[in-house]
Amino acid sequence: MKSTLTKIAVGEAVGIVAAQSIGEPGTQMTMRTFHYAGVAEQVPTGLPRLIELVDVRKEPKKPLMDIYLKGAAKDDEKKAQAIATDIESVTLIRLGEVTEDFAQKKIVIELDADELAHLKVDLDEVRKKIKTTVGGEIETEGTVLRVKPKVNSLRMLRRLTNRIKSLPIRGVERIRRCVVLKGKEGYFIRTAGSNISGIMKVEGVDPTRVYTNDVKEVEKMLGIEAARNAMVHEIKQVLDMQGLNVDVRHIMLLADAMTMNGQIKSIGRHGLSGQKAGVLARAAFEETVKHLVNAAIQAEEDRLIGVTENIIVGQTVPLGTGLVKLKMKI
Amino acid sequence: MAKTKKKRRLPKLPPGRKIQVLLNGRLVGNVDNAEEFIAKVRADRRAGLLPVGTNFFYNRRAKDILINCDSGRARRPYIIVEEGKSKLTATLIDQLKNGQMSWGKLVSIGVIEYMDAEEEESSLIALKEEDITPQHTHLEIDPVTIFGVTVSVLPYPEYNSSPRITMACAMAKQSLGTYTSNFNMRNDSRAHVMFYPQQPLVQTRPYKILKFAEHAAGQNFIVAITSMMGYNASDALVMNRSSVDRGLGRSIFYKTHETEERRYPGGQRDKFEIPAVTTQGYREERAYRHLGEDGVIYPESEVSTKDVLVGKTSPPRFLEEISVFGMVEEKKRENSLAIKGGEEGTVDSVMITDSLAGHRMVKGRIRSIKVPEQGDKFASRHGQKGVVGMLLSQEDMPFTKDGISPDLIINPHAIPSRMTAGHLLEMLGGKAACFTGEFGDSSAFLGDTEDKFRSQLKALGFDEYGEETLYDGFTGQAIKAKIYIGCIYYQKLHHLVSNKMHVRSRGPVQLLTHQPTEGRAREGGLRFGEMERDCLIGYGASMLIRERLLEESDRTFELVCSKCGAIGVRDHIKNIDYCPLDESTQLYQAEMSYAFKLLLDEIKALGIFPRLILRDRA
Repeated sequence: MKSTLTKIAVGEAVGIVAAQSIGEPGTQMTMRTFHYAGVAEQVPTGLPRLIELVDVRKEPKKPLMDIYLKGAAKDDEKKAQAIATDIESVTLIRLGEVTEDFAQKKIVIELDADELAHLKVDLDEVRKKIKTTVGGEIETEGTVLRVKPKVNSLRMLRRLTNRIKSLPIRGVERIRRCVVLKGKEGYFIRTAGSNISGIMKVEGVDPTRVYTNDVKEVEKMLGIEAARNAMVHEIKQVLDMQGLNVDVRHIMLLADAMTMNGQIKSIGRHGLSGQKAGVLARAAFEETVKHLVNAAIQAEEDRLIGVTENIIVGQTVPLGTGLVKLKMKI
Repeated sequence: MAKTKKKRRLPKLPPGRKIQVLLNGRLVGNVDNAEEFIAKVRADRRAGLLPVGTNFFYNRRAKDILINCDSGRARRPYIIVEEGKSKLTATLIDQLKNGQMSWGKLVSIGVIEYMDAEEEESSLIALKEEDITPQHTHLEIDPVTIFGVTVSVLPYPEYNSSPRITMACAMAKQSLGTYTSNFNMRNDSRAHVMFYPQQPLVQTRPYKILKFAEHAAGQNFIVAITSMMGYNASDALVMNRSSVDRGLGRSIFYKTHETEERRYPGGQRDKFEIPAVTTQGYREERAYRHLGEDGVIYPESEVSTKDVLVGKTSPPRFLEEISVFGMVEEKKRENSLAIKGGEEGTVDSVMITDSLAGHRMVKGRIRSIKVPEQGDKFASRHGQKGVVGMLLSQEDMPFTKDGISPDLIINPHAIPSRMTAGHLLEMLGGKAACFTGEFGDSSAFLGDTEDKFRSQLKALGFDEYGEETLYDGFTGQAIKAKIYIGCIYYQKLHHLVSNKMHVRSRGPVQLLTHQPTEGRAREGGLRFGEMERDCLIGYGASMLIRERLLEESDRTFELVCSKCGAIGVRDHIKNIDYCPLDESTQLYQAEMSYAFKLLLDEIKALGIFPRLILRDRA
């Protein structure tokens, strides 16, 4: 019974209503953030984050993950911390210094023994990794490694040095930092940087509850349905944080529109608005001439289905009262 | 979002670097002891050994001594203070009073000196003589000298918040008064003159010095601060209609129109005359009713909307053909000078003269009396502006036990958030001044105090806080709360509704788009914008959108070729419709907006052929 009552009527302009419902408090947000002074933000919130979401950037400005644990680590801070250290990616530069010996065309890697011990990194392991990525001969002298790669230009040498510096030694790639936090159900790990596939493989992690704020990555790893849910969740979170009360169904409609053909489309010229069905609607939005010329080349036909097209032509809009047509004159 | 401000550090000076002396920005030498040097040159300047226009400044951080004596620096005079004593002594003041001493002499004997912005940095200036301590180097001649002309006439600026002072200054410039005493002989294109300007009861010393009272720009209003049935909410004002009838806030508005008899190449010229009925573009006869034989309007005629002031005919724009009889038929074009729609008044003066180009010219001045009405703007001198929301007759206004009813009622919400305590103080001072017969002094930092006004009011038998019991004008019952009532100077601002209001139901359209024109001057429509459109879509009001955007705007019917989809034409001679492209006669009328037809034309100009595919309307 309830579901019949909440059904939206045919011809209701849900898109416009959703746009206005998100846009109106959005204006408020813009005006208010202007007055917030100071407070440095770790993660973009408010309007910048909202823009980031609807633009579907490749990677958010500050990607982050919440990793929930299973088994014993859930209630044991030490075990959780151990997993966190395991996950955190360590590049070679953190273990010591990397310099070049231009005279002999060698790369000198001076590893810090304490760091090695602290991060429990095996020297042989490091050597093996260097060997596979760089190649060449490696001399070992205590904790000092001298790599003699097969290169002849100094520029190539420099390029290799940079490769070595950022060589992942351990941990999950792209996970820059980890913090163990206590949540409602025991400990979880919050990370800076996001990598779903890497994290899900880690022992002790509950793969069913891995969270990331990178919607694009969710789409890639978990599919379009998950991306749609992630999008709804993220937008809702931004609005909630600002204390704006927007009905989820407006956001759901937005997310549906963005994900309707199997991949995430942004709002704007390169996404949703740029792919509207009608030529006139697209021309009315941006890059008028481009759309008109392309339509001419392809002899496109505008069926006057959308709202914008009908307004331009001067007809009633196929919505609300304009939806009703006379079938037969008696 | 929030940017961290980096601390700017001066580059470290090399050790052992001497103190550099820069004369007008050019390095001229070094000194060892800056303080000593500055003290010496300053003493020399005061003694008259160095020109008075020279200024010195020692920049401790950069280790530079800046000496400036070039032109274009803004400098201000100060009284010199030495060892905690002002050099302008009582004897000097006496000498000034009896004319033995002059300003120039005070400067030359080292009592007063001029400082620029840089030298001012290195001095400690006392605002009043009582404030002087041994550390002080200078004394302000008078506290009001720290303000400019506009602020210095504002009462009690030190009691108001600075944004309100800025606003008060901006509004004082819009106030109506006697802008010039020969306004009767001038032909300003627009001018306002107030009927009974008064000088404020609470005024500043600069106000007197400037002799502002001789061309005052406002009136003293009896003001009560209370809500008034919502008619003074959000900065609206409730005004006493009876006061308005007695002349409160009344002003006159002059507007001058001019036209000239121009000469054209080929010996043709304009002519001032009452146009003949045959003239092209002849208006209705009524429009010319005030004109004399010479085509010029009589002074003191009452003109209303679109009446002609000067009848004028011009030669046609194009040379016409020679008629059958071989004579050039004299055709003329109506080109009269008329007042705009919505304007009315009395012709105040008509002047016939020559223009700069030597043509005969007529200037006509229209006068209209502007009685305060709902929508006119008023402001006090504290940035408290408002628009009249209601005119209420005196019998309906609240009144005091003495039978005083206010001229104006402002809303109490206008006060706390704006922090214009000066407004309240001026009301109190004005009230006291009404009864003592003495002007209150509201000069910045040294005006009359609240205590003075309070004791005056108390002595007069009033509530010392300025609050009184008011009686409801409708019921005659006492209002339970005490209401603050006083007398304060209000200005009428030149934003009058009668010069702004605008309506349109039908009117002119633009040539290019066939859409209504824009702006009041062109009798334009109000734009039904994108966001308004979105709202109607949101409601699903399709028919209403079409009415706004098509039927009430630029609807046209165009012939469309059913074969090729191009816009067709009608041949009125053969009485057929045809398509200019494929000569088909199968055309149908289609309703569309003219803007869309224009769009199709522009797309064609782009080299694209847009076809319209027709279908029966369902």
